[in-house]
Amino acid sequence: MKLSSIALLIATLAATPVLRAADIIGVITLKGTPPPEKEITPLEDDPTCGPLHKDKPMTQFYVVGKNGEFADVVVSLKGVGKSTGASQPPAVLDQKGCLYVPTILAVQTGQKIVVKNSDPCIHNVHSTPTVAGNDEHNDAQMPGGPDLTYTFPQPEMFLRFKCDVHPWMFAWVSVMDSPYFSVSDKDGKFVIKNVPPGKYTIEAAHRKAGAQTQQVEVTDKDVTVNFTFEAK
Amino acid sequence: MNETAKINRPLHWFAIATAVATFLLLGAGGLVTSHEAGMSVPDWPNSYGYNMFLFPPSKWIGGIFYEHTHRLWASVVGLMTTILAVWLWFKDSRQWMKWLGVVAFLLVVAQGVLGGLRVTLHMDDLGIFHGVIAQAFFVLTCAIALFTGDFWQKISEQKKFNVPHGLRTLVLATTILIFLQLILGATMRHQHAGLSISDFPLAHGELWPDTSAAAIARYNAERVDVISENPITAFQVILQMVHRLVALAIFVCIAACAIQAWRQLGKRDALTKFALFWLALIVLQIGLGAWTVLSNKAADIATAHVLVGALSLVTGALWCMIAFGRSASPETQNETFGAFGTLAANK
Repeated sequence: MKLSSIALLIATLAATPVLRAADIIGVITLKGTPPPEKEITPLEDDPTCGPLHKDKPMTQFYVVGKNGEFADVVVSLKGVGKSTGASQPPAVLDQKGCLYVPTILAVQTGQKIVVKNSDPCIHNVHSTPTVAGNDEHNDAQMPGGPDLTYTFPQPEMFLRFKCDVHPWMFAWVSVMDSPYFSVSDKDGKFVIKNVPPGKYTIEAAHRKAGAQTQQVEVTDKDVTVNFTFEAK
Repeated sequence: MNETAKINRPLHWFAIATAVATFLLLGAGGLVTSHEAGMSVPDWPNSYGYNMFLFPPSKWIGGIFYEHTHRLWASVVGLMTTILAVWLWFKDSRQWMKWLGVVAFLLVVAQGVLGGLRVTLHMDDLGIFHGVIAQAFFVLTCAIALFTGDFWQKISEQKKFNVPHGLRTLVLATTILIFLQLILGATMRHQHAGLSISDFPLAHGELWPDTSAAAIARYNAERVDVISENPITAFQVILQMVHRLVALAIFVCIAACAIQAWRQLGKRDALTKFALFWLALIVLQIGLGAWTVLSNKAADIATAHVLVGALSLVTGALWCMIAFGRSASPETQNETFGAFGTLAANK
């Protein structure tokens, strides 16, 4: 009797389809010609920072491939999930060649952001949030000095980090309140991993080109969502 | 000592030196904001943990150079103002001059603390007050330099060169308008968002720019700034348009002042020449304003714009003081609080 019940249970479970989490993948494309990037001449002229660059340092507002592959677009699902930031490994923001690397970063609320100084000069790490609850910080960081760590409790898109010693240095950190987000790479590709089945609004946001949304339904298979931006 | 007493020349020259030092400090402060360096030294009153007077020059790199030299020069002006206030208290018998020195001392202390709090409290808005009070303090130091000189003594005795009430009122109103314009300018500079309108004389290609949400998004998408990279807002666009319109109004008012001074005081009168100088200054200032836009807010041009703005304010303010002083009876001057007292007495 007991054995037959267990066998029945196993048979039932085997027959029931299990809905597993899937990935949302896609490519971001930019159509049209964006404004030309500018040479960062103050960096070149700086006696400490200039020699750190072999090539002419340029602004990187629109990082676009030959076929319009659009990088640095933050893609996220809206209104789903809870932040797991506190248990995630820290995200790293480096200061290298008197530039922030990367320029665009996405983290979760409560997730640590570790800021390094790989340069041979002083920087001040100055975050300037605009959402209530996220505090502004301005800290000195000497060359070879210890890393600085920040967390932000409130979601905020494109929270600015800057250096006032070198006023051309910027990074833009998007703070999300869920684990379902990604930043498009130099091929314009993004992946949001392990999304539970359901219907969602997916947003692609670029700091200059604006934001777009689409509706997406996730089942047990990976789903593809592409976005196309147009240069204004 | 009263208005007709002997002039203390060392005191007068020291007051002039304080005014000049203040003007240079305005320039140093202007460079700090123009280079977006206001927060480049995160601590205060220390600098990167050092006593600010012992901060090694080898570390004065990038924006730190502008911010730190501004702090050092501010200390010099603070010391000079303190000496000036003590000197006035003990050597100038005019009661109102003693208190004017005290006001200058309190203002320079408040200004220093305000500058420090702007850094430690991370409050951009305090930077606006810091910039505006700096302009007012410059007027005060110039006024003290004027009141301690024999020029002031002479004009207070020249009642026969009475300046018509209408002309005095026009100049006073124009000076107040310049002060309001400087508040607008300080507010614009402390947005830390670069140029909200990058063309001139048109604004985003139009006489009055579109400030709809779609238009602002388009402006931001098109902007590629090396520094001051921050999205602009409709408020900032409107602010710059108001600044441009007020500049036009100031030009018209100063031209009217110069014409009226020429007609009513004669072309040889010192105040007429002063009004013409004022007109030249405002033409230069409008040119610098346009250049600031066309140069994409080049730091040296933007700072020159701040300095000529300060000179325009001081010119108007001193013109008023001289005119009201010239139009007051000596008895009134001795009884009241200097030029400001005589101003009230003549209304």
